[in-house]
Amino acid sequence: MNETLTVLLDALPFVLQGAAVTVTAVVGAMFLGLFIGVPLAVGQVYGGRAVRFVCDTYVWFFRGVPILVLLFLFYFGLFNFIGLNLNAVAAATIVLGMTSGAYQSQIFRGSILSLPKGQLKAARALGMSDALAIRAIILPQALRLSIPGWSNEYSIILKDSALAFVLGASEIMARTHFVASRTYQHLPLYISAAVLYFLLTWAGVAALRVLEKRVRIKGYVH
Amino acid sequence: MISEELAFLLQKLIPALNEGVLMSIKLIVPSAVLGLALGVVVGSLRAYGGRFFSPLANGYAALFRGTPLVIQLFILYFGLPNVGIYFKPYTAAVLGFIMCSAAYHSEYIRGGLLSIRRGQVLAAQALGFSTFRTLVWIIIPQAFRRALPGCGNEIVYLIKYSSLAYVVTCFELTGQAKIVASETFRFSEVFMVVGVYYLALVTVASWGLRRLEKRLEIPGFGH
Amino acid sequence: MKTNDKTPLMRVQGLSVRLGGREILKSVSLDLYEGEMKVLIGPSGGGKSTLLQCMNYLILPDRGEIELEGRHVDPHNARELCGFRQQVGMIFQDFNLFDHLTAVDNVSIALRKVRGMGKAEARERAMAELSRVGLSDKARLYPAELSGGQKQRVSIARALAMDPKVMLLDEPTSALDPELVSEVLTVIRSLAQNGMTMVMATHQMGFTRALADEVLFMQEGRIIEQGSPKELLAEGSGTRTLDFCSQILEVEGCTP
Repeated sequence: MNETLTVLLDALPFVLQGAAVTVTAVVGAMFLGLFIGVPLAVGQVYGGRAVRFVCDTYVWFFRGVPILVLLFLFYFGLFNFIGLNLNAVAAATIVLGMTSGAYQSQIFRGSILSLPKGQLKAARALGMSDALAIRAIILPQALRLSIPGWSNEYSIILKDSALAFVLGASEIMARTHFVASRTYQHLPLYISAAVLYFLLTWAGVAALRVLEKRVRIKGYVH
Repeated sequence: MISEELAFLLQKLIPALNEGVLMSIKLIVPSAVLGLALGVVVGSLRAYGGRFFSPLANGYAALFRGTPLVIQLFILYFGLPNVGIYFKPYTAAVLGFIMCSAAYHSEYIRGGLLSIRRGQVLAAQALGFSTFRTLVWIIIPQAFRRALPGCGNEIVYLIKYSSLAYVVTCFELTGQAKIVASETFRFSEVFMVVGVYYLALVTVASWGLRRLEKRLEIPGFGH
Repeated sequence: MKTNDKTPLMRVQGLSVRLGGREILKSVSLDLYEGEMKVLIGPSGGGKSTLLQCMNYLILPDRGEIELEGRHVDPHNARELCGFRQQVGMIFQDFNLFDHLTAVDNVSIALRKVRGMGKAEARERAMAELSRVGLSDKARLYPAELSGGQKQRVSIARALAMDPKVMLLDEPTSALDPELVSEVLTVIRSLAQNGMTMVMATHQMGFTRALADEVLFMQEGRIIEQGSPKELLAEGSGTRTLDFCSQILEVEGCTP
């Protein structure tokens, strides 16, 4: 028991550095997913046939192929193929971001579709172009409505980020595995890592709840 | 025009992948069935378990939904040997998949059970249905329909996260691909093909799920 | 609508129920004779619905006894309880049809699963009951496809299929749009005229006046007044019942 405790405490700073890497990757992926997801959603809702086909295909691909396969495909394959020399963390972040974009697009799409049709009608009646209407009227509402879904997406990306270790990224999983293979204290170490992920999930969800409160519009009825 | 190299690669790859698919199916089917069964138990306990079993079941679900599947697999395969329990890669993978997917299934089952209006139960009781019969003939048929989209989706996800068996050295589709790719250095091609395999599996499964939902559809029974 | 001066078919004695900290029923008793139609009237919260739900033990009373045909029922014995409930039919204000079953299946399911009847026999009986309430052409429809009045009639058919000795009706028309009320009252009227023993909570005064054998006015968990409609609803009788009735005059269109 004592030995376990010493090992855990010794490993703590090392693994926490990995947590920093994890959080960076997750936050990066979430924002990349946001920047991909919003245009995808807008394309799927308001786009013409060709646009919708492209968006639907993107979503189908990134939601259909397992993350593990995507990580291998891009890091060992496609990124090299196009001459992009990225380190493991950056590559993982991009892959997670592209995948998240596909899932986030469905969240935003749902929110956009749930807005009353009258919103866009009124905007058009005022002479707004569709692009302006979407930017100024639709998205501000839809994005606020999507925060709970985004919160869910955060916890999913956090869990998927653990797979980055197969690329050699030095995040929580990789570091825990490193210490475990040297000290043979596998069980306590992995349980501690699980606790760490749990805490990170809880912290992130709490932060997003704060965000939700701050951007809330008084008396907004939906 | 398929170059000679590519043809050679495919000759090597396809048999390996087919072997991998077999293992994938051996992983997916029991995990889906037993995961759903366990999910029904946990979900029922969460909805009806009362003061003792409900929190336990809720805790189980929170634990397995709140931690990465990778860690759960690592604990089963690398961690348990510390306390003397040794699982084969296949067993560890299937156990991990069952327990993780059960936690997600329980969420939909619980939702389905709780969505049944109380009046239905009262009406059944008024007609003389026993508690058990009410459960079987009135509650479950409705709860099942409500939970179907969620549970079906979870099984589609299972098809994808079966690829994680790789991390506990169980060689299914992804594992086989990695082997071939590492030998031939043709990562892009190999994993594109693997991607196609998974897309096919996932697309067929999703289509099947939608057809099942359509068949069980009851007018006015949406939610 | 005959009354039998022998032993009552069903006896309720001293029922008291406390729910959510409040005493909903305060020692309520009544005797129900075969073929009788008793009507419960009174303001909401008076305990009418609770009384009816106690009579088939959907709500367990804290104190009191219920006897059917001279026999006590132990509500804690599952088998006895289910057997008892098979003999006491209940109609709910919100219909409570089983959403996942067609009309005919709604009627036949208890026959099959509680009584153990064969599929064909149960179906035949179910169709017969649906005809009785005038809905045989709607047999294959799901509850969501039926109007409120049709749903309530199906629920009556469902209860009747079990050949109950007593029918309890908890404000059967209160959730219906006005134009649908009469189709349900017609069915209930024909049941009464055919000798079904019933206890009904309702606001339908005209109906009560015409068909009730006894009217019970309930308020705050007690039966305040009890008597024939002639006695309690006579003009100038000064009864609380009449008072209450004239208050809901505009709503239900009854004339005192």
